[in-house]
Amino acid sequence: MGLQIIKPDTNLDFIGIRKIAFIVSAVLILAGLGSLAIKGGPKYGIDFAGGMIVQVKIDKAIGVGDIKDAVEELKLPGLVVQTLGLEGDHEYLIRTSSSNITSEEVRTKINQALTDNLKAGFEIQRLEMVGPKVGADLRSQALEALFYAVLLIAVYISGRFEQRWTAAAVMAAALAGGVYGIGLLGLDMGWLILVALVITLGLCWYLKLNYALGAVVALIHDVMITVGLFSIMNKEFDLTIIAALLTIVGYSLNDTIIVFDRIRENTNAKQGKLTFGKIINLSVNQTLSRTILTSGTTLLVVLCLYVMGGSVIHDFALALLIGITVGTYSSIFVASPILYGFGPSEPRETEAEA
Amino acid sequence: MQSLRLRAILALLIVLVGLAYMLPSLPGVKDSALGKILPGNGINLGLDLKGGIHLTLGVDMKTAMDNNLARLGDDLKASAREQEVYILRPTVLNETEIEVTLIKAEQKDAFEGVIKDYSPFAVEQSAQLDGDKVKYVLSVPATYRSEIEKLTMDQAIKTMRNRIDQFGVAEPDIRKEQGNRIQVQLPGLKDPERAIKIIGQTAHLEFKMVDDAADLKKAQQGILAPGRELSVLLHRQPNGSYSESPIVLRKDAVLTGEYVSDAQVRLDQWNNAYVALTFNARGAKIFTDLTTDNVNKRMAIVLDGKVYSAPVIRERISGGKASITGSFTREEARDLAVVLRAGSLPAPVTILEQRAVGPSLGQESINNGIMSAMVGMAAVLGFMIIYYGFGGVVADIVLVLNIMLIMGGLAAFGATLTLPGIAGIILTIGMAVDANVIIYERIREELRRGLSAKQSVEEGYGRATLTILDANVTTVIAAIILYQFGTGPIRGFAVTLTLGIITSMFTAIFVSRILFDLYLKHRADNAKLSI
Repeated sequence: MGLQIIKPDTNLDFIGIRKIAFIVSAVLILAGLGSLAIKGGPKYGIDFAGGMIVQVKIDKAIGVGDIKDAVEELKLPGLVVQTLGLEGDHEYLIRTSSSNITSEEVRTKINQALTDNLKAGFEIQRLEMVGPKVGADLRSQALEALFYAVLLIAVYISGRFEQRWTAAAVMAAALAGGVYGIGLLGLDMGWLILVALVITLGLCWYLKLNYALGAVVALIHDVMITVGLFSIMNKEFDLTIIAALLTIVGYSLNDTIIVFDRIRENTNAKQGKLTFGKIINLSVNQTLSRTILTSGTTLLVVLCLYVMGGSVIHDFALALLIGITVGTYSSIFVASPILYGFGPSEPRETEAEA
Repeated sequence: MQSLRLRAILALLIVLVGLAYMLPSLPGVKDSALGKILPGNGINLGLDLKGGIHLTLGVDMKTAMDNNLARLGDDLKASAREQEVYILRPTVLNETEIEVTLIKAEQKDAFEGVIKDYSPFAVEQSAQLDGDKVKYVLSVPATYRSEIEKLTMDQAIKTMRNRIDQFGVAEPDIRKEQGNRIQVQLPGLKDPERAIKIIGQTAHLEFKMVDDAADLKKAQQGILAPGRELSVLLHRQPNGSYSESPIVLRKDAVLTGEYVSDAQVRLDQWNNAYVALTFNARGAKIFTDLTTDNVNKRMAIVLDGKVYSAPVIRERISGGKASITGSFTREEARDLAVVLRAGSLPAPVTILEQRAVGPSLGQESINNGIMSAMVGMAAVLGFMIIYYGFGGVVADIVLVLNIMLIMGGLAAFGATLTLPGIAGIILTIGMAVDANVIIYERIREELRRGLSAKQSVEEGYGRATLTILDANVTTVIAAIILYQFGTGPIRGFAVTLTLGIITSMFTAIFVSRILFDLYLKHRADNAKLSI
């Protein structure tokens, strides 16, 4: 037998410390929401806000201020200069909110200004322009994607996990109806998603789909914390971050499901012998090795991506780093305690009691 | 157990097919003798890795509709005149309606007959005006509008394709997107601005007669005789920019770009480039008649509303040839010839989204991506061997197979590898070991319970498989949604993630089991298992 990080007889009391975990989660979520509130919502990259970015690579180290000074004279509206990637890359983003000037003008002007004012070689590596209309479309598409991911996953878990496809179908139908109804009111996509989530959670609770409830709460928790931390760190949201968020959704559930799977197995095997809290503790401990190993190897490769993946992929890797860490934490400290709080939700058990 | 040989052969076959598709992606293999017998051409690289331009263009449907209605109105006027029914010049009211005025009220029935026979219009309302005139509002049916939209989109795409083909870009990708949008991808192009100019130029060419008798001062104040319009004449300056001066034209185009059959770049005796046009038979006849009737008058050559030159017609020109001079650079003249040959766009287009990636950044992204994948993989491979011993070796073998199959799969399905796609592969490396970890932890548990190596392996795989399936389905759901809603690079990520999950199930569950079974086959029941 090879190495072992977690001893087989480990029996940590995860359920016992759930209150501490809830406080930690609440603090993280509130800090993120607070940051979003102060900053007036997420900071959108050009994918969503529209505008133009020019990525420049410079031969030697140079301050953001110097670059800003160099292009200042162009009087580009909403000019922002920021570094990109890691320290040694010397890569910068010049961003402008303008939609009145053509990309050709911006390219030649920046080229000229940098040649005149910067005593260093440089290269324009990338130029992106997104019109305001497309930006708005991409934004609603991204929100829609997040929404459908949560919906489909909730339905899948309820059906597959608790063998209650009828209840899952009821939930899907109610959700679709509800969202359609709200859509008629012409509300913003952001509200639509909020309402859809409330409906999902409410239905999970009402139909006693407690596994789905735990999993969905955990994944909302993960997405909220990642979004919040991104806001606190002043990172921009663009399409690749949405991809990262959806990956986090997938990963978080993956993790949660493996723990839940064991809980279900143990519930069936040890019914009546152990309390539900003990069963959950036992299951989490049994899968702890796997949870830590898998998260460890995944984090290892994402870390490589973060350090060596280059400027374009940097924030994407950062989102994954945060998300995977939070996702691992939530499957142990959030999803399972919520399942504990609402009970095992096995239909035959409730029937037996009744 | 007895099916072990069968399973091994099946796995080997799949791996070989994967290998055959993967190998051409490696540098050197594609052009070698081996590359010639292998299927496929290796993995397509996305624009973010290859460098190039991604454009989303919006077609101005309102203008397309207005132009179409104006043309229909002119046709109606001409048809009516053939029946000796006279109407005033129609005006376009909105995207579905035009207004026409019938001069003689007693021709009402005749005119309505003309409308029915010669146009898609229906009479919306009519009103008797003072005197003898009747004002009509005519509308086209809703189906007509959607038909025109479809035609306009198809024609715009066809025209753009023609232009790009002449521009000489390898593997351009032009497709219709939702909401009157067209997506154009031009890999490996170095001069984005020129490409945008060529693709986006409406290139609506018209020949109009100049009204030299008009008073320019009054015209600039907006006082114009009916049927006249104020335009600008461009003069090229020595430094390459243009200055403008006003010019009054007759509104009706005497000839348009539709009649042009060819356009070429020529040089005059001072080595200035100009564009030589050849008209088709019909155009040549119109041009001959036109020059015959208008000797000593000026004719303006109007491109997208601007007058490039307004030469005086010295004599009758037959043979159907004309030229556009404007002292262009050779490159400008060449680009103009390209767009004129390919025909005009049916409506103006605007650039809604543009992403241009330089080839050096693309190469850097590939290098970074591959480097981080290598390092990440090496770390995971080393860790697995240290942690699981023999089991780790098995996990490592199937992990390498897995990466190979993802690359083979991408090549076989003609998917495009993007930078987020590389990230997807790297993430898969991390997650692929998950299946093995789940199985191995199970096997360890069974071993601790005192089962033999063979029984533990059996139990471990049996119990873990369903868990792995469940866990992976959710990731696939997320990936499918990403594919559905995402564009470009995001789709690339979704594709590699999905492919990675499928191949990792095959390698981590199916292939690794074969390796374990082979290992345990000739061992005693009480043999120890290094896991």
